[in-house]
Amino acid sequence: MSSVPARQKPSEQADPVPADPGAVLEVNDLSVEYIMETGSVVAVDHVSFELGPGEFIGIVGESGCGKSTLLFAIAQLLAPPARISGGSVCFRGRNMVGLTETELAAVRWKDLSVVMQSAMNALNPVKSIGAQFADAMRAHGVRSKEQIEGRSAEVLRMVGIDPVHLKSYPHQLSGGMRQRSMIAMAMLFTPELVIMDEPTSALDVVAQRSLMVQIKELQRDFGFAVIFVTHDMSLVSHFSDQLMVMYAGQVAELGATRAVFDSPLHPYTAGLMEAFPSIRGPRLPLTGIPGSPPDLARPPHGCRFAPRCPKVMPRCETAPPDEYWVDGRRVRCYLYAEAYSPQAPNEEPGSPP
Amino acid sequence: MTEASTEPVLRTERLSRHFKIGNALSRQVLHAVDDVSLAIGERQIVALAGESGSGKSTIARLLAKIYKPTSGEIYFQGTPLSSLRSRRDTLRYTGLVPMVFQDPFSSLNPVFRVSHGVMRGLKLHRPELSREQRYAEAARVFEVVGLTPAAEVLQRFPHELSGGQRQRVGFAQALALRPKLILADEPVSMLDVSIRIGLLNLMVRLRDSEGVSILYITHDLASARYVADRLIIMYAGQIAEAGPVEDVLANPKHPYTQLLLSAVPDPRAPLGVGAETDRGEPPKVIDPTPGCRFRWRCPLAIDECHRVTPEPRELLPGHSAACHVARADAVTEAFR
Amino acid sequence: MAMLRPVTAAPGQDTALPEAPAAGQPARRGRAGLRRLVRAIRYNHKATAGAALLALFCLVALFPGVIAHDDPNATIYPRSLGPSAQHLFGTTALGQDIFAQTVWGTRPVLIIAVGVGLLATVIAMLIGVAAAFYGGAWDGSLSLITDVLLVIPLFPLLIVIASYVQNAGTLVLVVVLTLTGWSYTARQLRAQALSLRNRDFLMAARVRGERKMYIVLVEIIPTMTSLLVACFLTNALYAVLFASGLQFIGLGDPNSTSWGTMLYWAENNEALQTGQYLWAIVPGACIVALGAAFALLNYAFDEIGNPALRPVRRTRVKRAG
Repeated sequence: MSSVPARQKPSEQADPVPADPGAVLEVNDLSVEYIMETGSVVAVDHVSFELGPGEFIGIVGESGCGKSTLLFAIAQLLAPPARISGGSVCFRGRNMVGLTETELAAVRWKDLSVVMQSAMNALNPVKSIGAQFADAMRAHGVRSKEQIEGRSAEVLRMVGIDPVHLKSYPHQLSGGMRQRSMIAMAMLFTPELVIMDEPTSALDVVAQRSLMVQIKELQRDFGFAVIFVTHDMSLVSHFSDQLMVMYAGQVAELGATRAVFDSPLHPYTAGLMEAFPSIRGPRLPLTGIPGSPPDLARPPHGCRFAPRCPKVMPRCETAPPDEYWVDGRRVRCYLYAEAYSPQAPNEEPGSPP
Repeated sequence: MTEASTEPVLRTERLSRHFKIGNALSRQVLHAVDDVSLAIGERQIVALAGESGSGKSTIARLLAKIYKPTSGEIYFQGTPLSSLRSRRDTLRYTGLVPMVFQDPFSSLNPVFRVSHGVMRGLKLHRPELSREQRYAEAARVFEVVGLTPAAEVLQRFPHELSGGQRQRVGFAQALALRPKLILADEPVSMLDVSIRIGLLNLMVRLRDSEGVSILYITHDLASARYVADRLIIMYAGQIAEAGPVEDVLANPKHPYTQLLLSAVPDPRAPLGVGAETDRGEPPKVIDPTPGCRFRWRCPLAIDECHRVTPEPRELLPGHSAACHVARADAVTEAFR
Repeated sequence: MAMLRPVTAAPGQDTALPEAPAAGQPARRGRAGLRRLVRAIRYNHKATAGAALLALFCLVALFPGVIAHDDPNATIYPRSLGPSAQHLFGTTALGQDIFAQTVWGTRPVLIIAVGVGLLATVIAMLIGVAAAFYGGAWDGSLSLITDVLLVIPLFPLLIVIASYVQNAGTLVLVVVLTLTGWSYTARQLRAQALSLRNRDFLMAARVRGERKMYIVLVEIIPTMTSLLVACFLTNALYAVLFASGLQFIGLGDPNSTSWGTMLYWAENNEALQTGQYLWAIVPGACIVALGAAFALLNYAFDEIGNPALRPVRRTRVKRAG
């Protein structure tokens, strides 16, 4: 079932690959499977990437590509029937896979926080915003009432909301304000890493834009790293440093955002970019990408994108491709098989050759 | 695309829809749609764009006769809808103006095969057909929307189809009734990006080969540009601007249109995005006072904007805007 | 997971391959609905146990004469015997064979269970779903009736009715239990119908021009089958317990053969105090077993319908061929 050859399985390693001390997050060979009656479905297949301090990575893909599962796995929020079946998630050098709930609780929210997709689903509808902030702070040992109130007002001001809304209930706020209060809640302890799962998808385009700008400003002021999962490539295009394109549970392409946008290497990335009608350029007919993503319960033998790829070659259908290095980017495509092989042991991920 | 010179397929005149909200003690009136006058011609795709709360979905439901207008009138091929009283008349209308819904996961009944909706529609609206003829027609419309081989897809259940395919079934259901105008309420918003183009291309094909007009409701200006002939921008229940799609996007007269355009992310546009300071959101219009509803967010608002509600004025041929400040000759520079 | 065959595509169409349902999507009724149901029952241990028990009781109810050769009413045997080869469970203080009584008593109990289960569910369905879908004044009045019935304490009401009717036979019990028991499941069905009301396919049916009654019967109710099955099982369980209870306190027809009446006679003759344990225990155990069968099936159907409730178990991974 494994498609990438010759990487050490976690059981064979004593420790995970030694972490780069500068990196905030190192995800190595992470795999997640869902245990179903009919067998197991691999939703995330050997995904690796690294995030430095203050870096912004956008994870882009369509529904079913595994990006949300990946996010939950990183945040250690998976519930059965999903489980991490391999790989490691090193946050500040420490592997989080396998930590107990108490150990995780110490890390959660203080160093790593999560912003969910829909604030109405994540916020408690029967508690005021202030009460929920207070809950979060008390859970991490902050007892003094002044401290709680002071900090709550401070984070709300940070995201541009009048602190008078601490008394409001979620349904009394507009969609944009709810999402901002989610972000404010994530900022309570100024964590080092904030993980966001499509926080703007329920918002209108103007609110989306202002929220993105807000997030970037906060990042600039407080220096935290961001993982931003979305299906909308154009949204992250102006805001992210790195861009990771996922398809069918695997990394299709990973590299600096501008490079990926200006010259997409993987045919899926190129197809995806072609599928966005332009609002300013010439009005051209577009075709999108024919077909649908594969059934992950029975993935195709070769490259998972082969059935839909305009540049498919015979070898694409026989065996799955590895990730190849091209100009500091990683691409999972046979078109670049003559580039650097995956077994480049002296190279650190993300650094130019 | 030629403008409609004959009687438009559908026309509204100062259409309004209000909702009473609040409890018995504090009766407030929500103005979801106010004084909307629009027209859709033959073989035309008209995009109705706006953010959530702008009233665009309410208009769709008014046109589909799900809601009754609070005031104003809707004319279909010259006939006012208020004159349709009998069940037969209403049935005939809904066959000519069917609706396609937004959510592919709930628009089809999961316990029936996908042929169910089409067959029922045909039974109700084209009773002259025999069962075999109905089935043949169902197969025909499935082919037209690209669900091939039709005979096989007709036997499937909704959960066996992808989101894009389910939306195509929605279009097939509408097409089977031989409509003049399809009301498409955000038909691609919940689909993956790479699938949307296929549906958008389908809409253009329906206009060209089947001669159907489409009211395309969306919040995405880029897709509106891709398919539409005319573009109508709505804000807070009223029409802000309307005109040929290229004109409106290249030369936006209403400051709100400018704001929308500046906020649309376009990866192909060069980097160098200015800081976005507008944090406002479209208001819920409850018991409004006279004046332009955009005035709180508009950098160009003048005194008159606070006193008088602007009416749409035709500034250029076929291109109108409801703004006291907009002028035909000058470029409105509210947001860059 | 649905097994999908690709739809062959015309060139240029984006409809080539159907997308796989996301991991965790519930199995729905399809062409292979029955096969899927059978497989689900076999796989889920609660369902298997419940189904097996129920099947056993059905078998006994259908062919009592084949299983028990003695006449259950005949008081010809020696009294108060213990279990033996001739009398598996012994005899009663009146000289009847307990085994025969148990076996012949199965049929009326099952008739009551299934009868009340079906009738109460149908009434609950019509009232609950109509209330939800029609809304307004209909909802108000129907809900009022439902709530009033719910508030009245059930067992005392049953006692009052049954003692008025006197010597309630099987049919009477079915009617009485149905009329008093539909309200509970009506509430559940109304709640679910309310949550379904805004689904687009219902709006699509309205816009298509369907009449409201058609929508309720054809579009809404079939989507509620798993809840309807659960309501049937709930009502059947309620019927078994309360019918037996009424018979136990003597309001049933004491001359009929049923588990509840057996308990009645056993109690009258102080069976437990005088050491005739089997006379009381056997019918009691049967009532419990049948009730458990319905309850197990109820849990199992919940799990079958909602995968989130299923216990996570590792199966042997089948490799794709």
